[in-house]
Formats: sequence, structure tokens, C-alpha cells
Amino acid sequence: METVLGRYRNLIVLVGVLFAQVLGLAVQVKRTTDIESSRLIRVWAVGAVSPLEKALVWAQTSTGKLWHNYFYLRGVRAENRELKQRIEQMRIDQVRMSQDADQARRLQALLAFKEQFISQTRAAQVIGSTGSEQSRAIYIDKGDKDGIKPDMAVITADGIVGKVLHVYRSTSLVLLISDQTSGVGAILDKSRLQGILRGMPSGEIALERIMTDEQVPAGELVLTSGGDRIFPKGLPIGRVTKVSPGSDLFLNVRVKPSANLSKLEEVLVVTKVDERQIAPELAGPARAADVLAERLPSVPPKPAEPTAAVATGAAPQSGTGLESKPVQPKPKAPAPAGDGSGTAPVARKAATPAPTGGTAAKPTTPGGAAKTPEKSVKPPVEPKPQPPAVEPQPQPAAQDNPQ
Amino acid sequence: MAITYTSGEQVEVYRFGIGATILIPLTAVFLQAFLPLRLHFFSIFDLPLLVTISFAIARRSQVAGIFTGALIGVFQDALTHQPIGLYGISKTVVGFGASSLGIKLDAENAGTRLLLTLFFYGVHEVVYFTIARGLVSLHLEWSWQHELGSAVANALLGVLLYALLDRLKQRT
Repeated sequence: METVLGRYRNLIVLVGVLFAQVLGLAVQVKRTTDIESSRLIRVWAVGAVSPLEKALVWAQTSTGKLWHNYFYLRGVRAENRELKQRIEQMRIDQVRMSQDADQARRLQALLAFKEQFISQTRAAQVIGSTGSEQSRAIYIDKGDKDGIKPDMAVITADGIVGKVLHVYRSTSLVLLISDQTSGVGAILDKSRLQGILRGMPSGEIALERIMTDEQVPAGELVLTSGGDRIFPKGLPIGRVTKVSPGSDLFLNVRVKPSANLSKLEEVLVVTKVDERQIAPELAGPARAADVLAERLPSVPPKPAEPTAAVATGAAPQSGTGLESKPVQPKPKAPAPAGDGSGTAPVARKAATPAPTGGTAAKPTTPGGAAKTPEKSVKPPVEPKPQPPAVEPQPQPAAQDNPQ
Repeated sequence: MAITYTSGEQVEVYRFGIGATILIPLTAVFLQAFLPLRLHFFSIFDLPLLVTISFAIARRSQVAGIFTGALIGVFQDALTHQPIGLYGISKTVVGFGASSLGIKLDAENAGTRLLLTLFFYGVHEVVYFTIARGLVSLHLEWSWQHELGSAVANALLGVLLYALLDRLKQRT
């Protein structure tokens, strides 16, 4: 027996070591959702490598900064002049774009769009990679103590980079969008076709799930769709480089990422995303009613008939339906008038401007005209019973504009 | 390029100091993780594999080869986002194979080393892909062109690296 063991000792050791590793793999594969089974080994490995990586990156960055900020200043004056000219041009562009943005915001308010805003980011330095072609991921120098959490989006100014996969104390592993296991909800900028962005074994990125009967031109911008609940909607991903027929009735769309994934130095981790619905009050001074009123100049101003208007529900003259909602009387609960509950004035506020439709008052007092219809949309925000809507109490003038 | 078949008595057995045994694999894994950020083409190399082969051939001990390969591989696995054991198993097999061949071959000349590295790079990739596809269900794509290119590049780098590591090994 001893002879057999001694003779095959090396083979037995080999089988034992292989068996232990296969067993470990099987355990990890079964628990696909967490990395707890192998966390200790990963923490040790990352802890052994990352301090050296951080030190080297710091030394490299410091040397680069020293050189560029204090020694290599050739052509700075000319560059400064050129940048000033560009700023002037960008200011002009900004005015035009802010007008467009205002208009878009108003329209979004009309459609009750939900928007996602990147409200907080954390800058991080790329300190290392996994060193494997089968695992396209990078390490950044921010971790748990810096508020980084798994599944946070990682971006650059050019476009998205990936998502945080594992978080350690002072470092994090970021899975790049070019990895085979990553998936990003994407949308084509012009055609608005939606698909899933996946990494290929070669390191390229492909947009999947686009039907072959769709037209996708090369060069079209690909944006995040927000459907993956990781990347906020509308961030640039890249541009379509090649389109060819794929398998199963889907196109094979190759995308070149906007961010240079092979030369990443600094990235931003999106630590907080606000999702909010644009409230009508936030839509700026020009309300939908005003826009419509401006576009309907032929509507004649009617003489104010508060009592009649209130009694009929006071549908506005423009007839958009938007203004008509707030002033729908709900006489289900006939409460005593003037009970001081605060609901009655609101109802009256809604009712009062309705006959004018937001147009009559405008020529005389522009500021007031902008305010008046704004109040008319308020009641839906407070969906309380509005019993005294029919109440013709003679106190509206003072209470309508208490300010 | 002569591959000479030698008897066990004729081959020299070497050892590495404790410092070198710990620091060389650590440095290899570190460089493998750090350099591709600055030199993107460097990701085709597999420095930990070259160190495994070098150690196994020099020591000519199968058990040492097994454990060297397993430890270096697991360390490399721990830096990736994939399950630990893919590189571990591949490098265990390579460590065992390289030390077994090291006993039988005179692996002191550059030609032999070049061929050995070419061969073991292939073994490593075949084992890795087999486990990744069969056991972990990773959708990895095998590209002959890419694998052949990587094998040649690693073999050439290996010859240089082994010459460098020869200076650190001590005769037992």
C-alpha cells in the first residue's frame, strides 16, 4: 500500500489539488448572486496588489502634472487666445440651447415626463486592470469608505464606461461595457430603436435585438435607454460602425464606444441619481396655457362672468382640455361655504381665471397673466373635495391674489 | 535547437530563495494587472504563466510545480470578476506538466524553452476554455489566429524572461 502511495504520490497530489479547485468552482457557480464564498481570497489579492498600483499611479500623475504645469508651457499663450474665442462662440450657442432646453422642459412638463438627473458623482483614478483578456474590468482607487456601492454607473465626459461590480475598502472593481458578461440598455439617437449592448469576446461592443428590417445607418449615435436601471437615460455610449445581417432575424450592429476604454485614467462614479417628475411649477414662467394662448390670438377676450363660469365648470376658451380639468366641480360633499378650511379659496382660484382662458389678462399685465393660469392648474395637485366650487361668495378678488 | 533526452541523474535541479519565490510571482501578477492600462497590447501576454513554467522547469519537482501553478493561478483569478479556479486549474496542470517534462528534457537552451512555452501556452488555453465553457458556462470564443499569435508572443517573451530568472536560481 505504501509503495503504491509513494509511487503515485505526485499524481494523487495533482488530483487532490484539481479536485479541490473544481469543488470550489462548483460552489461559486451555484451561488451566482454573491461573491461571499470567495471574498476573502479576493480581498487579500486586491489588498496585495492595489497599494503598489496606487503608489505607481500617484508617482506617474505627479510627475506628469509637474512637467505639464511648470515646465512644458510652450504655446500656452496662443492656446489661451484660442480658448477665449471658443468661449465666446460657446456663449452664443449656450443662449440658443438654453432656449431650446426651456422649451423642452415645458413640453416635458406637459407630457409628465420622468427625468433622471445625475446629482452626485465621485471622481476616481484607474489604478489597474484584471490582466486577463477574458475579464475586461478595471480597478479604481475609490471604495466602500468613499461611498461607492455595487451597481453604480461609471462614466467619463465622453461616454459610459461600465458599472461597479465588487467594492472593497479603498478600491472597486468596475466591469467594462466591453466585457462579455455586461449588458446595457441602449437606444439609437435618431431612429429611437432600442436594443441591448453587449461585449464581444474580441473586446468589441455589439448592439443586439435590432430587427433586420430596421434601417441603422453607420455613424448613428447610441445612447443609454435607462432601461437597465443602472445608467441614467441619455448618456452617450458610442457610434455605430458596422451593420450586417446577423442570426435569428436580428442585425449585427457593431458600436465603437465614445469613451476610450483601453486608455482610461480618470472616471466618474455616479453615486446619486435623482429621478423626479417635472412639476408644472418648475416648468418656467411660460405655461402651456400661455403657449397655446399665444398661438391662438383670435380668441376674443370674454367679459368676466364668475358666477356662470363657476357653475358650468368654466371650460377655457382654448379648449385644450388641460385647463378644463382643474375646474371640474365636484358637488358630492356640500360643505358650508366659508368654513375656513382652505379648500374653498383654492376652488375659487381655479374657477376665477377660467373664463378669460389666460388670454384676456395678458395684454394688460403680462406678469399677472402668467401667474393667473398657473393657479388654475393647481387643484389637481391637491385632490381634496371641493364642495364650494359652486359657491358664489363675493370675496374672490382679495383671496385670488393674496400676495 | 536541440531537445536532448537526458536521464534523471544528468539534469540539474535548482531552487529559488524564499524572497524570489514570493516576490517573483507577486511581481508577475502585479505587472499583468498594471501594464495593460498603459500598454494595451500587453494583455496578450501571460506573465504568471511564464513564471509558472520557469519555476516548474527549474525545480523539476512535480509537487512543487502543482502548488506553484495552483497558487499563482488562484491569485490571478482573485483579481478577475470570474469564479476563482479557472486560472488555478489551468496553471496547476501546466505546473505539473512543465515539471514532468523538465525532468526528462534539457531545458537550458533557448530553442527548447521556446517550444516548451509554445506547447504549454496551448495546454493552458485549452484547459482554461474547456473549464470556462463546460463548468462555468462562460461564452468564450476561441480564435485560432489570436491564440497562435499570443502563443508565439508569449514564447518569445518567455525566452527572455527565463534568461533573466536564471540569474536568481540557485543550484541545490
